[in-house]
Amino acid sequence: MYRKTKTFTGISKNQIQGYYYIAPWLIGFLLLTVYPFIISLFYSFTDFDMFTFKFVGLENYKEIFTNDDTFYGSLTITMIFTVASVIGKLSVALLCALFLTRKSNLTGFYRTAFYLPSIFGGSVSLAILWKYLFKTDGLINGILKVFSISRVNWLGSPDTALFTLILLPLWQMGSPMVIFIAALQTVPKELLEAARIDGAGIVSVFFKVKLPLISSVLLFNLIQQTISIIQFFTPAYIITQGGPIKATYLYSLMIYDVSFRNFRMGYASALSWILFVIMIVYTIILFRTANKWVFYEDGD
Amino acid sequence: MKKEKLGILGNVLMIVCSIVIIYPLLWLLGASFKSNNEIFTTQGILPKEITFEGYVKGWQGIGQITFSRFFNNSMLLTVPTVILTIISSCLVAYGFSRFNFKGKKLLFGLMLSTMMLPNSIIMIPRYIIFMRFGWLNSYKPFYALALFAANPFFQYLLIQFFRGIPRELDESAYLDGCSSVKILTSIIAPLAKASIVSAALFQFLWTWNDFNNALIYIDSVKKYPVSLGLRLSIDSDAKVGWNKVTAMTVLGMLPCVILFFIFQKSFVEGVAKSGLKG
Repeated sequence: MYRKTKTFTGISKNQIQGYYYIAPWLIGFLLLTVYPFIISLFYSFTDFDMFTFKFVGLENYKEIFTNDDTFYGSLTITMIFTVASVIGKLSVALLCALFLTRKSNLTGFYRTAFYLPSIFGGSVSLAILWKYLFKTDGLINGILKVFSISRVNWLGSPDTALFTLILLPLWQMGSPMVIFIAALQTVPKELLEAARIDGAGIVSVFFKVKLPLISSVLLFNLIQQTISIIQFFTPAYIITQGGPIKATYLYSLMIYDVSFRNFRMGYASALSWILFVIMIVYTIILFRTANKWVFYEDGD
Repeated sequence: MKKEKLGILGNVLMIVCSIVIIYPLLWLLGASFKSNNEIFTTQGILPKEITFEGYVKGWQGIGQITFSRFFNNSMLLTVPTVILTIISSCLVAYGFSRFNFKGKKLLFGLMLSTMMLPNSIIMIPRYIIFMRFGWLNSYKPFYALALFAANPFFQYLLIQFFRGIPRELDESAYLDGCSSVKILTSIIAPLAKASIVSAALFQFLWTWNDFNNALIYIDSVKKYPVSLGLRLSIDSDAKVGWNKVTAMTVLGMLPCVILFFIFQKSFVEGVAKSGLKG
């Protein structure tokens, strides 16, 4: 009755119905995403305290770039945090995935254990746990003491506070790990065997066979994790509140303070747009260079 | 060729790693049954003497508001959000995976691209919209965002699965006179049950754990979900008593842990699917 050559038959013939089904998203997209997106650009050219507008042109941007040391400080810290966390998280995730794609009776247990911290996301519970672990008399220092290493003031010292926060996403590497595992399982076994017969060791099998074959997934993880980590908020807000002396004053904290504490919605919108433009440039660079390092198996 | 084996050395290494990763969580669980002066003086998991003081006193909450209120609020916030998300994302995924309409490719591309949009850019305007609606200090903003499928992740996940369901099934149902709604509810949705479960799980965890939005939208303590309640309790944790905070933190994590262990398989499959071309 149906012809396979034709992609759409039967219910699919009805065009209007498709719009009905996507209507919830389409309405939400226009009202809760497109409109906010555009109006936020407009806000960034105003002085706006949630009730009254004053158009100020490029004043906000001028102030940010020429007269806001907090901005440069926060941006630097955020870049360090994001680069270190993303690279660390993806490395740990990939390393674990390489181990977990090998055969063992305990694979299920390992996978559960490695994934478990990730289910708590950016929750307050997790932030509290992290705070207690790295307290001066917390678990980490207690364990270090066993190895007679003296107490470190992890969260109270500007030199270590950011590092302590960078470690958190590394502990929560479950989702990129699972995605890497799924990708590694698609690597054809014949290829691995051929490489081994040619005398390739574990390291060169990884770099010459496995890594190129999962590079598109690596690109996906890289983009997704950067977007999520650059918006890292709860732990920094709960554990360090940006301190000590703004050593962990991440961009998301700054935007929150400017908008919801000082009610400078226009200025905060300008800050958000700067972050957005940085993200766009980053993503474009990744995609532009992708054809040099991402290996696509098929045409689509 | 056989699958590469992990070997004894690899297994030992993985066991050590697993312990390192889970230890903090077990420590927290143990700490919730410890007395206040034991929590930060020992590193072991098991308490010397088990006390339920943290749970009993912690549950009493802050001021006159108990943790049963906070948990109630979290359920009131999370459960409708999950249900609305499932309904809206099923409809939208069905629309995109089974119908052909003008501008579909463009709309689909736009939907995916919003996954890359940083939340901070739309957070302020959304706040102002909801303020004008008089919806601040209520859960309506959360419900609205779920109803209007504002997080494209769920549609994307479901589309990946829906596409894998043979089209012949709904074609023949159509020829038998089934309406398109009926095809979704009696053919597609049952076959995609695993993916719908994983979408529901993700939304539950994200909403339950969400702090950022709760912080912005909810300001009266009476309406605080668990996340905001916990934040209140750590403001004065040294005075309040550590074990109260650890006990309530454990309870705050418990729903996520229970769901994770029950639905582990669909959970992990959901994550894997979201990252691979379907």
